[in-house]
Amino acid sequence: MIKNPKLWLSAVALALIHLLVIGAGFFAPYDPTEQNRDLSMAPPMRIHFVDSRGHLNRPFVCPWVAEGQRTGPSGYVEDCSKVSALRLLVRRQPVRNGKTMLASLHLFGVDTPARIFLMGTDDYGRDLLSRLLYGGQTSLGAGLLAAGLSLSLGLLLGCVAGYFGSWTDDVIMRGAELFMALPWIYLLFAVRAFLPLHLGARQAFLLLIGVIGLTGWARPARLIRGVVLVARQRGYVLAARGFGASSASIVLRHILPEVSSVALTQAALLVPQYILAEVTFSFLGLGVGEPAPSWGNMLASLQTYSVLEGHWWMFASGLALVPIFLLFYWFADSLQGRLQVLGLSR
Amino acid sequence: MGDMKHPLKFGLYLLMLGSLPAFPASAPTLQVSKSDEDILVTAGDSGRRGGRLQASLHSDPKTLNPVTAVDVPSKQIIGLLGADLIHINAYTQRTEPALAKSWKVSSGGTRYTLELRHSIQFSDGHPFDADDVVFSFKVYQDEKVHSPQRDLLEVGGKSIQVRKIGPYQVDFELPQAYAAAERLFDSVTILPRHLLERAYEEGKISQTWGTTTDPSQIAGLGPFRLKQYVPGQQIVLERNPFYWKADPSGNRLPYLDEIAFLIVPTEDAEVIRFQAGDVDVISRIGADNYATLEHVQRAKDYQLYDAGPGLEYNFLFFNLNDLSSKHLPDIGRKQEWFRRVEFRQAVSAAIDRESIVRLVYQGRATPLWDQVTPGNKLWMNADIPQPPRSLARAADLLRSAGFTRREDGVLVDAHGQPVEFSILTNPSNAQRTKIATIVQDDLAQLGMQVHIVPLEFQAVMARIFDSYDYEASILGLVSGDADPNPEINVWTSGGATHVWALSETHPTPAWQSEIDRLMQEQTTMLDYRQRKHAYDRAQELVAQFDPVICLVSPHVLVAAKNMVGGFKPAVMGDYVLWNADQLFRTDVAGRR
Repeated sequence: MIKNPKLWLSAVALALIHLLVIGAGFFAPYDPTEQNRDLSMAPPMRIHFVDSRGHLNRPFVCPWVAEGQRTGPSGYVEDCSKVSALRLLVRRQPVRNGKTMLASLHLFGVDTPARIFLMGTDDYGRDLLSRLLYGGQTSLGAGLLAAGLSLSLGLLLGCVAGYFGSWTDDVIMRGAELFMALPWIYLLFAVRAFLPLHLGARQAFLLLIGVIGLTGWARPARLIRGVVLVARQRGYVLAARGFGASSASIVLRHILPEVSSVALTQAALLVPQYILAEVTFSFLGLGVGEPAPSWGNMLASLQTYSVLEGHWWMFASGLALVPIFLLFYWFADSLQGRLQVLGLSR
Repeated sequence: MGDMKHPLKFGLYLLMLGSLPAFPASAPTLQVSKSDEDILVTAGDSGRRGGRLQASLHSDPKTLNPVTAVDVPSKQIIGLLGADLIHINAYTQRTEPALAKSWKVSSGGTRYTLELRHSIQFSDGHPFDADDVVFSFKVYQDEKVHSPQRDLLEVGGKSIQVRKIGPYQVDFELPQAYAAAERLFDSVTILPRHLLERAYEEGKISQTWGTTTDPSQIAGLGPFRLKQYVPGQQIVLERNPFYWKADPSGNRLPYLDEIAFLIVPTEDAEVIRFQAGDVDVISRIGADNYATLEHVQRAKDYQLYDAGPGLEYNFLFFNLNDLSSKHLPDIGRKQEWFRRVEFRQAVSAAIDRESIVRLVYQGRATPLWDQVTPGNKLWMNADIPQPPRSLARAADLLRSAGFTRREDGVLVDAHGQPVEFSILTNPSNAQRTKIATIVQDDLAQLGMQVHIVPLEFQAVMARIFDSYDYEASILGLVSGDADPNPEINVWTSGGATHVWALSETHPTPAWQSEIDRLMQEQTTMLDYRQRKHAYDRAQELVAQFDPVICLVSPHVLVAAKNMVGGFKPAVMGDYVLWNADQLFRTDVAGRR
């Protein structure tokens, strides 16, 4: 385990990030769609430890106060005359459809009516930290599920093509080439045009996974087919066939283990690629729609020059992608190295 | 659509100042006019001669032909190349003499006799007279030419008769009395007969004066004439030495030697080039960019202007079309809600217009409860109630219409169906999408579930105008003129931009019939107070019955370098270049 620290570090870090995102309901201080219209585009709040008299205190925040109509960094000033202490494990009652819902537990928060925005707010005064965490459910979730889908398809079709060869192989591989030539974005435009006008956030999410996953099977399928082609010539496969084993059992028992290392590495490479695909689609307004957050639609407001120029905290979801991608690539890289070692020693 | 960011423009709202391109004859540049030349002397201060002004366009003009131009950039350029008989001053919003120095109206209001300016010349030096006017109207009114102005020159479905009385006198006979008839002349650029008559007789007038035409073949009566056009890059206009206006000191206008329009495709790029100093004036900035420019205004070599609300109104509307010929059962079912006045009133009451003003426009917009904005100085009805947002009133209205709240907060109709609908927007218009997001949240507080559907602009238009396959949408309309007449298209049933009910269901609601009647009646009233009274009532009906839910009117925001003299932004027409003939550079050494 210690032999390959890079593998384990990246795996643990990824697991933590996913845990954070899955537990958004607990880690995020607010509902991601809750608007605070008096605090639109407020910069991140600072956590203070030292009060105005210079005494060390338990952590607290000072509320933003709007100066006139302007929003943005110069539109707000900190008002430390009424501070609110940062509390851990608070209960809040969210409001949905104009009705107050059951209280839920949150990791941290401040006593109402004060509010805490550690990452600032967006155009509508929605807490960016909460949106980042909930948006991760969409973006990271889409990446994982779409990768799972396209890999399963790739595995199935790759094994079939590689194992049976001849015309089956031809049909599947020409199909794969066709799919690789498909322009995804236009395909999504087309699919969207045929669907009913309003897709709920969940349907839009599933549609995205469907399109990304179903169009992405070709690359892994080609790779897996290559491995299967080699594997089916191996002595133990020929032996098994000689003993009368069925095709299914040969594939499952002898060929799949050979392929698994390639498939795993592929998965680690495909996930970030598909996360990026989701982000791109949502950025273009084709993915999950407002008010549900996704890292893509959160970035959409950066299309305006004024936001780009003066509201740096709106980059949050874009910046979050960088370490996640790096971790996934490290993970894929070290996984490949490790599996090669294992493969050789077998 | 070079104009995607702008609200939909409708057919009738042309705002060309008149237009006719000109040609670089080796013209005399003398300042003193010939003694018999009918020069119009402008009021106000005098400026300095010389220099060049850089402006920008969002896309290439499609044509330089005033007869066929429909797109905004074309009309903007043509407006500087040509002139009209009677002009609407964008600043005062009233008519003023242009090529016609005076006019008489017959007692019944059907006959207009226009006295033209004597001895003035086109920009190629060719003299102008009544034949040019008669020729121009013949071209515009010719059915085969398909000019968009043709409809404008019809009153009560019949065309206006034009007759030459003398070399500088023209008679216009209207089929019936028409309110503010002199405003009709504003959109009609006078054409040079000597350059275009042949093309017209050969039936080729629509193909003349394209963007590839040699500048020497184009002439007009406007302050500028075409010098050079490089597609995709820039259009350069030069001073028309024969222009028929002079300043109080007797200097012939315009002051500027040249105006160059750079083609800059987006507003953001325009702002960046303005900051870089490539562009001297910007004719329309969004509130976000305005705030940015205000924020980074370090060098202070430019000035930002908030000219107040323009003539644009943004509104939310529901699909009230008659769907009996379409197969759209789902939308048909929801129309039962949309047709309830209480439902629309509740939606209107629940929308937080102040938040839209603050969050979408950074405070640079004005909330609206009817279609006439405060920017329309002559026609706004100041007595329209402006109730603040009230969820309680909205809930009462919904209850009275049979809607109830379910245990989980969801609003349901009398059949127990949850109230859920979608709003179409085009993501290319960031402001409209933001408005939709605010409306979505506002209505969620009533228990309505609203989806926002972003679609490409053309697709939105196709659904609204052709297939009627939508539930609600947000649009903005902008009038080219402050007068109520062009608004007839929007507010009367059967109008081409009566967007929410292009095919009206029968029976028409009583209030809609009343609007139809008022809008028609005011066209024949000759007294302003009478017309105002009728239009005030139409506005009241719109505010009361909410056929569309008016939301906000964005302010006209413009910017200019400090060295631009005579700068006086208006809220209609070409916001910054409407008085291009009087703009000047304070930094040139020219004569004062």
